[in-house]
Amino acid sequence: MSIFEIIRFALRGLNSNKLRTSLTTLGIAIGVSSVIILLAFGNGSSKAVQAGIEKLGTNTITIQSNRGGFGGGRASASRAASSKPLTVADAVALSSPINAPDVKQAAPVAGANVTCSAGTNSSTPGTFNGTWPSWFEASNTSVTKGSYFTNEDVTQGRRVAVIGQTVATELFPTGTPIGQVMRCSGIPFTIIGVTEKKGSNGFQDGDSLVVAPLTAVQRSITGYNNLQSIVVEAKSAKVQDLAQTEINTIMDAQHKIKNTNNRDYRTLNQASLLQTTSSSNSVFTALLGMVAGISLLVGGIGITNIMLVTVVERTREIGIRKAIGAPKRAIMTQFLIEATILSLVGGLIGVVGGFIGSHFKIYGVQPIIIPGSVFLAFGVSILIGIFFGGYPASRAASLRPIEALRYE
Amino acid sequence: MQQLLDAPIIDVRGAVKQYGAGDASIFALDGVDLQVHRGEYVAIMGPSGSGKSTLMNIIGALDNMTTGKYFLDGIEIDTLDENALALVRGRKIGFIFQSFNLIPRTTALANVELPLAYQGIKGKERRERALAALNVVGLGDRISHEPTELSGGQQQRVAVARALSTRPALLLADEPTGALDSKSTHDLLDLFDQINAAGRTVVVITHEDDVAARAKRIVRMRDGKIISDTSHKKVSA
Repeated sequence: MSIFEIIRFALRGLNSNKLRTSLTTLGIAIGVSSVIILLAFGNGSSKAVQAGIEKLGTNTITIQSNRGGFGGGRASASRAASSKPLTVADAVALSSPINAPDVKQAAPVAGANVTCSAGTNSSTPGTFNGTWPSWFEASNTSVTKGSYFTNEDVTQGRRVAVIGQTVATELFPTGTPIGQVMRCSGIPFTIIGVTEKKGSNGFQDGDSLVVAPLTAVQRSITGYNNLQSIVVEAKSAKVQDLAQTEINTIMDAQHKIKNTNNRDYRTLNQASLLQTTSSSNSVFTALLGMVAGISLLVGGIGITNIMLVTVVERTREIGIRKAIGAPKRAIMTQFLIEATILSLVGGLIGVVGGFIGSHFKIYGVQPIIIPGSVFLAFGVSILIGIFFGGYPASRAASLRPIEALRYE
Repeated sequence: MQQLLDAPIIDVRGAVKQYGAGDASIFALDGVDLQVHRGEYVAIMGPSGSGKSTLMNIIGALDNMTTGKYFLDGIEIDTLDENALALVRGRKIGFIFQSFNLIPRTTALANVELPLAYQGIKGKERRERALAALNVVGLGDRISHEPTELSGGQQQRVAVARALSTRPALLLADEPTGALDSKSTHDLLDLFDQINAAGRTVVVITHEDDVAARAKRIVRMRDGKIISDTSHKKVSA
């Protein structure tokens, strides 16, 4: 008996049990596609968060004061008793190419909580910074309309400002903000640029932003003593750790720190933030993977159930086939081919379904397929199908015909 | 040559079939000797539990016996392996069961073609032989019907066609009329007469006297033993 004949028997067997065939195929397809889609969703959301953080600038290190007042709290203030505020001199020292060869640039930032208004409209920016032009590059912020302010604006203390899109739409719902004047804490600033839309990074609106020359902000709003932070850009993401060490050395010298466990400043490293979030995201993906694995398992149990329910009928059929002279090999091959076709077709439908399903955004997250998940889901489903389809059949084929015929 | 023809087609010697072990064991067959020659029409009779079905399963190579020897058409069956047994079942024996045992959701023609397919007979020849067998049983116009679309009598005739399609040495029927009405029973028995008249050996297991009455030889069983074995000339009209 040729293999083609056996394949024809297998196809006829599948065709004559359409309900069983379609249920089994459906079970496998759902299992496979859910694994692919869930893992793609986990992967996509993790990539989205990473991309959001990368937008903040991966080479960026932020130095903040650890003394009382800004975020420090009383405990740290008493701990760092001889603490000094961050100063422009610190930023200048950090820009030294000799002491800090891996630092590209540093920008002092004076911040305040202010409300800005233009006419009857007002806006309270989440970030109000007085800084140097180098801040834009260090913080990965670009101006799309209008222009940046210049070093000359800083030295002259000109009251000009670059604003984010949220502030722009809040203050000037119609018309262009460029050239207009807004008042922040009563101080007029001329708007010269609008930044590129950054979107939310999950914590705050990146577009609720006002940036003005450091000198102008210090003179009219914050005073000269307290810098909020210094933003430092490393030359590349690779040398960030080196840059961090250089920053600590310079800052320890500037602030005369003897005990490095008791510094009056702290550094925030975007790369470490990225690492933290990506590890928490991989936990999230693993969790989704477990859910998907369970759905594959449930699908597998469904397949097994269908196979077992039909095994009585199939065993009788095997008995009949044996009684009329079917060799064991022909029977086993037929049933194995049936199971293989079922799993293959179901698996392929599942893969196609997974690819289609991954095209749709889920809660604003674009799923990104993990290639390994496709192979894993497909492989596992085929193994389940072949094993649970083939095993009862091979057991039945080994029975004496009379036992198979009497099987209840 | 003459001797070969005279050799029994069925030759069972000292057949014992034991179920269970020790005190709880039951002897379904308790030392049965039976020879059936070519062209005979034998009815094996007995009440349920007499061992007649067990004997039929052994004759049909569907089951093995505990001790004893069995030669089918000169071949010693107990020594055969799985594949050789499949060949013997396919080529030497045509089965007819009480419950028809057609493959479900499969047309009459495909059912009849099945044993031919397992013998490796292909395409046109297979189809022609299956059609011829269906014509013999009078179902030439029902070839594409599935078992559920046929009456009991028609299903049993498909089973007869399936059994005949391989031109077996022996037609073996286990209570073939058990699920049939009297009209279908009558038609089927006429068919058996016709098949036997054409020279084929027929062995029928039954507990019905009118079925057994058609046979030329009646073997009666009780408690796993043969209690009588009578041949009689068929009373022909």
